[in-house]
Amino acid sequence: MIQLQGIEREFRVGDEFVHALDDVTLDLPSGDYISVMGPSGSGKSTLLNVLGLLDRPDAGTYRLEETETVGLPEERRAELRRNYIGFVFQAFHLVPRLSAADNIGLPMLLAGVGPHERQQRVGEVLTSLDLAERSQHRPNQLSGGQRQRVAIGRAIVMRPRLLLADEPTGNLDQQSGGDVVALLEKLNGDGITLVVVTHDPAVGRRARRRINMLDGRIVGDRNHDALT
Amino acid sequence: MMRSLDQLRFAGQSLTGARTRTLLMLLAMSIGVGSVILLTALGEGARRYVIGEFAQLGTHLLIMLPGRSETTGGAPPLFGETPRDLTLDDALALLRNPSITRVAPLTIGNAPVSRGSREREVNVIGATQDYFAIRHLQMASGQALPLMDPTQAANLAVLGRELRRELFGSQSPLGQWIRISDRRFRVIGVIGGSGQSLGQNLGDMVVIPVAAAQSLFNAPGLFRVMIQARSKGDLQQAEAAARATIRERHDGEDDVTIIAQDALLSTFDRILRTLTFTVGGIAAISLAVAGILIMNVMLVSVSQRVAEIGLLKALGAAERQVLRLFLTEAIMLAGVGAALGLAIGLIGIAGLRHAFPEFPVAAPLWAPLAAVGIALLTGLVFGVLPARRAARLDPVHALTGR
Repeated sequence: MIQLQGIEREFRVGDEFVHALDDVTLDLPSGDYISVMGPSGSGKSTLLNVLGLLDRPDAGTYRLEETETVGLPEERRAELRRNYIGFVFQAFHLVPRLSAADNIGLPMLLAGVGPHERQQRVGEVLTSLDLAERSQHRPNQLSGGQRQRVAIGRAIVMRPRLLLADEPTGNLDQQSGGDVVALLEKLNGDGITLVVVTHDPAVGRRARRRINMLDGRIVGDRNHDALT
Repeated sequence: MMRSLDQLRFAGQSLTGARTRTLLMLLAMSIGVGSVILLTALGEGARRYVIGEFAQLGTHLLIMLPGRSETTGGAPPLFGETPRDLTLDDALALLRNPSITRVAPLTIGNAPVSRGSREREVNVIGATQDYFAIRHLQMASGQALPLMDPTQAANLAVLGRELRRELFGSQSPLGQWIRISDRRFRVIGVIGGSGQSLGQNLGDMVVIPVAAAQSLFNAPGLFRVMIQARSKGDLQQAEAAARATIRERHDGEDDVTIIAQDALLSTFDRILRTLTFTVGGIAAISLAVAGILIMNVMLVSVSQRVAEIGLLKALGAAERQVLRLFLTEAIMLAGVGAALGLAIGLIGIAGLRHAFPEFPVAAPLWAPLAAVGIALLTGLVFGVLPARRAARLDPVHALTGR
């Protein structure tokens, strides 16, 4: 489903060039559960941004489903993001002035889905996330765990195939972090491809497939399916 | 593609989310629009006022003044060329022209008017019956000067309303005698209506036969002659005929000035319209200032909402969509501000009308349309830069806050 081939990405920081991704080649089958670990600056966030079509590699090819994405115009990439990819961020990135329900409905709003269908989908998602009673609360009226659940709801409301989570538990305590990981895993169990970037070995270890990065290269790629 | 209703609602939510900022911008925009409407309404009011005043003066009117005011080349004459007086006979001779229907010779001066111990210094107008017809003067009581030989100095007086009140209080003045300077006049009527006419207070004056005034002021020359042409189309002919008549009587000297009231009117009309455009234009500058304010505040808003813009992009909003969202906000601000300004302007006009009922304040139709149009346009134009900045944000940097 996802094929990265020879991906290169370089940033300029001051006078220096940082090789954030160095010849990264990766195959992700549908429904996979992958964790990406590595020290700061190892390129794991850049990998996630490339996977999420937020960043464009300098070289290499990236095939998402049947589409070769690297040369696509921005408009088309936005469309792919909208329909295929959901994001979960460490800082939640909820829109503070919108209620939980409106935050979850935001991607459908941008996609031009009608209000009736939107309401119905948001209702389903709220129920499945156990947030129905909080639907009209603003983000500042929610706990951290609830906020991240709203963010996950927003990520899955368009029924994407790929869920990208960047340090999803980084701003949460142990308990809510565990809940959030359990929720992500449940979604993975329903068939979504899940990529989690994390510092936390306890979170990283839960994935079937664990990728380690260092200086922009993949230095470890172990599949623990067979072991468990 | 986002639905337009959703787009409006989303923009509205982000505007109400930053309440103070939004209110301040609305204030700026509404003051701009309101001042355009109010100032043009004042200009238009001034125009209508002046036009109305001229219309009160009478229609198809020519005014003849003694002396030639003319700019010619060459040095001014060494010896002062005193123009010949314009006499009562000159004025009466004008009536022989078929294109002229009425002629009102006028002699004007100031004199003390008294009755018993009450005395008042007022304008004394020497005139004939035609004067009342030309000026459309209404009588409150009694009658106007009678039709009679204009050269006869009958001691009759028609009072202005204010003068009547000063001299007679609540008593009826009709048939009573008053003293103008050292002569006695019998009151035969009172002019109705008060009103200003081109700065001349119609209430505070007395009208007596022109010959009586000439003898009172010992002035054989007329102050001016009002000439009414038969119709608007006859104006030019009447002017030529009047000029010819005077030249003939003044030994070939063309020594009078004739002002066509309509020409004067259209000149004033033009001047005041220009004035209205000018003040409207000046007020429109405040709209541009409001536009720059919108741009400024939208830029601040964009930099405060970097993370949100990154998020919108991550959720699948393309550049064009982000651009549209921010433009919608700017135009909404301008639109709501314009609507408020429209209300301010119209309320202001109503207030002015209430306070000054005599002054016909009214916004010309183009003013509110142009003001609202310009407001929306400034919103659009000054919204483009911030919206483009938002649209071009790199989502990766926007989301990480780098």
